[in-house]
Order: sequence, then C-alpha cells, then structure tokens
Amino acid sequence: MSRYSAFAIAKEAFREHTGWRRTWGNPEPKRRYDAIIIGAGGHGLATAYYLGKNHGIRNVAILEKGWLGGGNTGRNTTIIRSNYLQDPSAAIYEKSRSLYEDLSQDLNYNIMFSPRGVIMLAQTEHEVRGYKRTAHANALQGVATEFIGPERVKELCPIMEIRGPRYPVLGGLWQPRGGTARHDAVAWGYARKCSEMGMDVIQKCEVTGVRSKDGKVAGVSTTRGEIDCDKLGIVVAGHSGVVAEMAGFRLPIESVALQALVSEPIKPCMDVVVMANTVHGYMSQSDKGEMVIGGGADGFNNYTQRGSFHHIEETVRALVETFPIISRLKMLRQWGGIVDMTGDRSPILSKTPLENCFINCGWGTGGFKAIPGSGWGFAELMATGASPLTAEFGLDRFREGRFVDESVAAGVAH
Amino acid sequence: MLILTCPYCGVACDETELSPGGEAHLKRFGPGSSDEEFETYLFHRENPKGVHFERWRHAYGCGKWFHAARHTMTLEVFGTYPAQVYEPPEDIKAAITAKVPGWSWRDFS
Repeated sequence: MSRYSAFAIAKEAFREHTGWRRTWGNPEPKRRYDAIIIGAGGHGLATAYYLGKNHGIRNVAILEKGWLGGGNTGRNTTIIRSNYLQDPSAAIYEKSRSLYEDLSQDLNYNIMFSPRGVIMLAQTEHEVRGYKRTAHANALQGVATEFIGPERVKELCPIMEIRGPRYPVLGGLWQPRGGTARHDAVAWGYARKCSEMGMDVIQKCEVTGVRSKDGKVAGVSTTRGEIDCDKLGIVVAGHSGVVAEMAGFRLPIESVALQALVSEPIKPCMDVVVMANTVHGYMSQSDKGEMVIGGGADGFNNYTQRGSFHHIEETVRALVETFPIISRLKMLRQWGGIVDMTGDRSPILSKTPLENCFINCGWGTGGFKAIPGSGWGFAELMATGASPLTAEFGLDRFREGRFVDESVAAGVAH
Repeated sequence: MLILTCPYCGVACDETELSPGGEAHLKRFGPGSSDEEFETYLFHRENPKGVHFERWRHAYGCGKWFHAARHTMTLEVFGTYPAQVYEPPEDIKAAITAKVPGWSWRDFS
C-alpha cells in the first residue's frame, strides 16, 4: 500500500491522481481466523491493529454489521482528555492520550489530533475541592493537569461569562495536552493499517450467533456464513448485551441514548474544549467552525440512536448562561448514539465465562478518547491473557465489590 | 417524547414528569444469599433490543411507583400497570403478543 506523504501528492499530481488505491480492502470472509473481532468501530479496529503490531497476530478478521466507524465512533464529540481521579482510569486514558499524540505518524494517516487543551469548569465549591483533589492525584499519576483560577479561565476562553448569576465560574481543571481529533479518521486510519497488515475488515457482516465447544469459543455464525476462530473479541459498545447473550453470559450493562448537536459554522471564537459538569454540557469548536455541544444521557434503555428532546433543552439552556454569545446560534444537526453504561460507570475489558472469548465494553459516554489505549490493553489481554492496563477492569469486580469509582469524579460528561 | 399513563392517577404524562427506575420485577437477595445471587440482583440487568419491562415513578405527580412495558427499538408503549405485582398482568402480555408475536423477557413470554 502506498505511503501518504507530500511527495506522494506531488507524484500523483503529475498523473492526474489516477494512482491512489482503495484505503482498505473489501474481502470475502475466510473459513477460519486466529482471532475475530466483532465490531469495526474505533475500539475494535485499534484492538486488531495492536494485535498485529505488538503481538504479531495478523490472521485476524474484524466483522462489522453496518459500515466502518458508523456507530459511536462517528457520533461522539471527539474530546480527548485523561484527567481522571482513580489510578486505573488515569493509566488507561493517559496511555490513550499519549498514543494519540503521534498516532498520525504511526498510522501514516492524518487524524488531526489537536491538543488545544481541555478545561473542566468548577462552578460550585464542591467542584473546586473535587478538581483540586483530581489535580493532586494527576500529579502523582504523571498526568499533566493543574487547577486554575477564574481569571485564567477567562484568559483561555474569552467568550465565557465567568460571573454567571446562577453558576459563576470559580476555577477549572486545565489539561493543556487534552484536545480533539477527527473521529472518522481514527477509524479509517486504523482500518487502513489493519488492511495493510493482511487483516480482513468485513463490513455488512452481522454476527447472529457465537458457537462454542467444550466451554471454549469455536467460531461465529454470521449473515455471510460460518467462521471459525481461536480467539474472539467482542467490541460492540451499545449492543454488548445482545452479543453477550449469544455467547451465553450476562453483563452488568444497560444501553441508553446519549445526544450531541452542532451549530451552524461561525468564525473561530474558541480554541479550547470546555466542559461544565454541574450544568451538564460541554462545548468545543470544530475546524469547520461549528460549535460542537454534548449533553446528558437518557435515563431509560433505548436502542433508537435518538434521544429525548428535553436533554437538549437543558444542555443548551445551561450553556447559553455560560456562553451568552451562542444565544442566537441556529443548531444544524442533532444525533444520538447508544452507549453501554456499567454499574460503576467504568469500562469492562475482561475475560468472560466462555474461554478464549474476551469482551471490551462499558465505555459509556467516554469511549472516543480511550480508543488507542483500550485497543493497546485489550490486544495485550487477548494475546497474552493479562494486561496491566486492563487488570482492574475485569468482569469479576462487580461480584467482588472492587469498583473503579469514577462516576463520582466524572459525572455526566465522562 | 415518551408518554406513559400513570396507572394510579390516570394522567398521561410525558417523561419530564417521570423518573426512570430501571429494570422491573427484580427478585431481591440479601443476607444469606450466594455471591452470584447478590451480584445478579445488584448489577446484572436485562438489556434487550425489543420488549422491556421497567419501573417508573410519577415524580412530579402522585409520586407513586408503577411498571411500564415498552419496546426499546420503537419506543412503543404496550401498557402500564401498578407496582404491587410479581409479574406482568395477562392483559399487558396479550397486548405485547398482539404486536410482537413470540416475545420473551426473562422467564416471561
């Protein structure tokens, strides 16, 4: 596969761009693979990529019922940060953020990582204390964050009204190396590299059953025939419960709709990401100029990929108070994704009761930022049976009461 | 917008008037139960792409808990019924069967 570079563009310019080839293949499924990953979203593709790159397992198929990156990978607000309180979360999210730093070079595909900085606003005294604690924890964990005062917040984001009558800005947790990336490009870049390593990315291939023999996974039944495998990775986010049922085990997961929306494009006015957890909203400006806004999740099980209107109303109402400049903006699009919420709001990267079958799910409302780290850890777990990144995220933590108690720290905009 | 009729006061209320309360008909396990039973009771949840039974509270109305039978893919509501039962009443089951033949949820069908 040809390498993307300025030289390649110049070379193609001389032959009227006739030499570009398909970015990834469109193969027929083979009869057998060493490993099958169900789900060609960011996490599934990243898992396959690191299986090949770090562990030399390249006879791999990634099965996708729809199209590549068409689920939550294409539906999030593209925020990348790692300012978590608990050690296991900080470790996997910081691994992820650090991989994002040079992912464009690693994949030879521009994922447009923009470390523009993320502020999490403290708008109550409790949040001030909470974020100071997080900043101290991050210092011990080796995650670069600091607690900043309201003047510095205003300096970083001048369009913000920090003396809001109801929720004045009292400070913020500032992570200067957090930011955003082009979400689709992350899936496309990983898919291209997987394809280049000889893996089969098979779209429009829905898994309809999981076959097992003597308590071990034997293969999967799909809409495109039976496929055997030695190892199976289930990476299907909102539909984890559906696939887990096929594999014969239950999960501590409920699927709900999480919404986001974007405004009409306006001139650049905001070069940081701002999250306001007290009022349930977060906002950044895309390269096209749209204000990208995320809000709260529904409280009931839902697979419709659209959410309740009143959540949008609450989110926008809260953000207008903090950003008066957006009060006249028209909203262009609204959409929803199905997120898989666990009992402790932390992910599950684990072995399952079915031997050689592994599951990566429960990222809930915070999956995009975790893609490279999750793939790195989950690939190690699948290849070797254990990974320091995933050790605390096992399924058995619910029975044993070892929760990763991060929902307290992260609230809604996880 | 989701609209459920409160079986106690008969008001058709939209979801802003209600609080969702999660899966219905949970069997409670307490002291003396096994780890597996306790884990199942506390954490394992039905998460169907289809017929689902839930608890709701008419929070900004009469304040009472009730049950609802709903489809998680179409958001269609099959019916609501009071909370003082161990399983869905026959008329609710019949209403679901009329729309979704062959449905099952936990041990109910």
